[in-house]
Amino acid sequence: MLVARELTKSFPSGDRTITVLRDVSFTIADGEFVAIVGPSGSGKTTLLGLLAGLDAPSAGSVRLDDVDLATLSEDARARLRGAKVGFVFQSFQLIPTLTALENVRVPLDLRGDESAQSRATELLARVGLADRVHHYPVRLSGGEQQRVAIARAFVNSPSVLFADEPTGNLDQSTGLRIVELLEELNRDAGTTVVIVTHDTELAAHARRIIRLSDGLVVEDREHTA
Amino acid sequence: MTMRWRALVALAWRDTRTTRRRLVLSMSSIAIGVAALVAVDSYSANVVRSIHVQARSLLGADLSVSASRPLPAQVTALLDSLHARGATDTRVTTFSSMALVSGSEGTRLVQVRAMGAGAPYYGVIETSPADKWQDLQSGPYAIVDSSLLVALNANIGDTLSLGYARFAILATLRNVPGDIGIAASLGPRVYIPDRYLGATRLLTFGSRAQYEALVKLPSSVNPDALAKAHRDLFDSLQVRARSVADTERSLTRSIEQLGRFLGLVGLIALLLGGIGVASAMRAYMAEKIDTIAILRCLGASGSQVFAIYLIEAAGLGLAGAAMGVVLGVAAQMALPHVLGSFIPVDVTPQLEWIPVLGGLALGTWVGALFALGPVLGVRNVTPLQVLRRDTDDAAQRAARSPWRDPARLAAGAVLMASVVAVCMARAESAIFGLWMSVAIGAAIGATWLAAVACARGASRLATVPSRFVVRHGVANLERPGNQTRPVVLALGFGVFLLGTLALVQGSLLRELASTADASAANLAFFDVQTDQAFLLDTMLRQRDYPVLARVPIVPMRIAALASPRRAKSETRRETKGASPRASERPSWAIRREYRSSYRDSIAPSERLVAGHWWKTDGPDRDGVFEISLEQSLAEELGVVLGDTIAWDVQGVRIRTRVTSLREVQWTRFEPNFFVVFQPAALREAPQSFVLLTRVRDDAERAKLQRDAVQRFPNISTIDLSLIENAVGKILDRVSVAVRFMALFSVVTGALVLVSALAASRRQRVREGVLLKTLGATRGQIASMLLTEYALLGAIGSAAGIVLAVGGAWAAMHFIFQAQFALAPLPLAVVAVATMVLTVVIGLVAARDVFAETPMTALREV
Ligand SMILES: Nc1ncnc2c1ncn2[C@@H]1O[C@H](COP(=O)(O)OP(=O)(O)O)[C@@H](O)[C@H]1O
Ligand SMILES: [Mg+2]
Repeated sequence: MLVARELTKSFPSGDRTITVLRDVSFTIADGEFVAIVGPSGSGKTTLLGLLAGLDAPSAGSVRLDDVDLATLSEDARARLRGAKVGFVFQSFQLIPTLTALENVRVPLDLRGDESAQSRATELLARVGLADRVHHYPVRLSGGEQQRVAIARAFVNSPSVLFADEPTGNLDQSTGLRIVELLEELNRDAGTTVVIVTHDTELAAHARRIIRLSDGLVVEDREHTA
Repeated sequence: MTMRWRALVALAWRDTRTTRRRLVLSMSSIAIGVAALVAVDSYSANVVRSIHVQARSLLGADLSVSASRPLPAQVTALLDSLHARGATDTRVTTFSSMALVSGSEGTRLVQVRAMGAGAPYYGVIETSPADKWQDLQSGPYAIVDSSLLVALNANIGDTLSLGYARFAILATLRNVPGDIGIAASLGPRVYIPDRYLGATRLLTFGSRAQYEALVKLPSSVNPDALAKAHRDLFDSLQVRARSVADTERSLTRSIEQLGRFLGLVGLIALLLGGIGVASAMRAYMAEKIDTIAILRCLGASGSQVFAIYLIEAAGLGLAGAAMGVVLGVAAQMALPHVLGSFIPVDVTPQLEWIPVLGGLALGTWVGALFALGPVLGVRNVTPLQVLRRDTDDAAQRAARSPWRDPARLAAGAVLMASVVAVCMARAESAIFGLWMSVAIGAAIGATWLAAVACARGASRLATVPSRFVVRHGVANLERPGNQTRPVVLALGFGVFLLGTLALVQGSLLRELASTADASAANLAFFDVQTDQAFLLDTMLRQRDYPVLARVPIVPMRIAALASPRRAKSETRRETKGASPRASERPSWAIRREYRSSYRDSIAPSERLVAGHWWKTDGPDRDGVFEISLEQSLAEELGVVLGDTIAWDVQGVRIRTRVTSLREVQWTRFEPNFFVVFQPAALREAPQSFVLLTRVRDDAERAKLQRDAVQRFPNISTIDLSLIENAVGKILDRVSVAVRFMALFSVVTGALVLVSALAASRRQRVREGVLLKTLGATRGQIASMLLTEYALLGAIGSAAGIVLAVGGAWAAMHFIFQAQFALAPLPLAVVAVATMVLTVVIGLVAARDVFAETPMTALREV
């Protein structure tokens, strides 16, 4: 369960402060597939960062599985991410000096998990890249890179997966396949998926849509496709 | 056209906007090498200039005529005849003697200079208290090195005994023209008026002295021409004539030699920096692929893009060189403090344009050439790469396959040719320069190979550690875009230089110490006359000191050499003529004075390498005696077993045949000889003796010396511990100078390290931040970095140490011809320091990993 309560985030800008998020509250239950949508600059990425504990809010709190992220140290938050959170980024964010397989292993390796090799191989097969395990990222197409990133996000069996514009750098059909993959994994593993997008068509795949505008939640509704 | 060039230059300038600091950093590695060269060349130009100005003061005369025996009558007659042309002359006699001061305990071996009136004609000998020099001639006075007063615990005004004469100490020396600072540590100088020389009764038979006439000539007489005109006479009498110009020439030559040696170190630093520039440039160009592709899309031609980056490379080379020149001029000001004690003139530093401009040109050229290779890679970038996102791949491909690109091969060839040309231009001879560049290339190549091998080995091992962070850190060494090779090269070379220096110095000192152990003797008495030998012997035995050796010494010269087996034209060489084949050395070997000995067995410090030792004592039927030659002397004289040599022993001709050759361990404390005779040949010849003894206690040894010198004022003593001290001091000074120069290479190494790490910094920080979002703690990231940098440091040290051991062994074996001793401690210190340095620089370069929040991973596009 992921609970955001009255999240506010402001940045100092010169002598003023600009507030990017204002009193954002919602609860996301386990196994949900949620889309956060809104125009560019509305604060989606900022919100995602707060939910994942990458950044600290100016006010309000985030509770992940009944743990208040604000009470954790930076390293404890990192360990929590390693155990419960998966990430997919718009720009893929694979480590260029590691092969696909090595990239997928990283979260388990960081925990010292012995099953890293078999689990990573299994997940790469799952995303359809069984024949690309030893390729470096530069040798993979954008869609393939993003599938490696998804395999990496799922490798530690996270309870929540965050995806920030995961299709932003991909063409439409490839993007669609990525979202379908996320849906499939959400269905099969019961992982909570929070996806950020400005593409309403992709958002349509979600069962719940939270719409942001100028840092405010302007819509939060169940969605039935 | 000019317009277009200007546009390109502007574009190049703007292109560096975000990376200028990093580029300057990478170019600073060139700067250090340039600085070393500029500093050394400027300083040696300063010194040469000073020598030119001070040459007359250095010689003290227009012409100096000297010999190792009283000047022959023909020479004094010649000098007298010059009086008619307005010349004046005076005498200086130099020799060693024991000095003691009444009322104080010690004795000390000193260099006595008995000065005739008026000497020196040029140059001022400064004293403390001031202006006492002119009073020296007015009575039995002495002016001495202050170190003597310290050693003898004496004061100005005390009475100094030299032989049988006494002198009042008038002043101490503050500055003597032509003085090399370290000379005083070998033997303090004592100046006395030469009319009291006889009273000392020190110049007895067998004592070594240099007899010199200083000649002051009117301006109408050219000293150089005068010396040349009488060259034959001087040569035949074994008299050495030096004019001001000779002095200047020979000093200039040795300064230039020193400059060349030190410049070599600068050259190495420059090349090392060049390699750093190449690696930084490679990383830089890889980042620029996007920009280049965009430029190509916008209509830039391949050659325009190439021109832009060539301009950048040249500009950076120039910037680095300029930085180096500024640093070099600053270092030039520091050099007198480091080298001053080896330099015979007083130097006022001044700006030297030739070295400055030369350094600027060389630095720019080397910087641009090293950068050229990676820059040539841009020609392979196509506009298409804007569209395809495999740019990094293309960059790596371009960077990795220089072998198939003729332009890059050509650039490499030009680079190598330049290095060889520079070496040849700076070396004494072209062939030596060629060898020098081969040696430099071999050293750099060996470090490079070590770097490659170690990195490969490390990546093989990368699967072994069970902890992910360690494994990841190890694997980073061989990952795409790694900086392992330049870093290991830079570190390895620094360790190589420092390690070699430490090992050589350690080996030399140990050699010295082992000399002290190996020979039981630690005190030697010289110039002991025949009638004194028995008395001194008795004196030693009465005090229960052993007489470890009593070695006769007979001074002699070669009268004639004959080699029956060789061609007729060469069979006889009279002492006057030099060997027709060789240059000066054999002629010196033929003309020099030999101090030989005789005995019936071979000494422990010697080994027979050819022929046999005599079994009987006496001449053969033709009256020819057997002798044994030291092997390198035999080589220099061109003499083989069976050749005959006639000796002039105090006017008596003694004919000998070479029947054996010996290898001599010269570093032993015992007196060693180039030539050893059958006893019968020399037993009756005028001779002096060396007695060796051992006195453990320092105070007793001092007392014995004093008592002996008081009883036999003409004899000299040498205390082994004093020699050790003096040699240790000189070694210290030399190593300070060499270390100072090595510092340039080490600093260059550190800069290459910094710039190589800075080049991969962005990727490192990005990766670290990403790992944080994936759950890595700061501790884990720190251990990864620590593993990687500690390993880099360890590999660099290991490569450097292996080379240092090889280098030091070679130096000891081939240059010093002494035992190599492996000292692990200094090596360990250098290695640990290197690892710490690498880790610290690496962590500092990557510090942003810890500062940045993982949020940046979301924001990066
Ligand atoms: N570190 C920051 N400092 C100042 N302003 C920021 C910072 N990060 C984000 N912003 C601002 O916050 C607003 C929302 O950004 P973001 O969350 O990236 O929007 P979205 O992802 O919806 O496009 C933008 O106007 C952006 O300029
Ligand atoms: Mg965004």
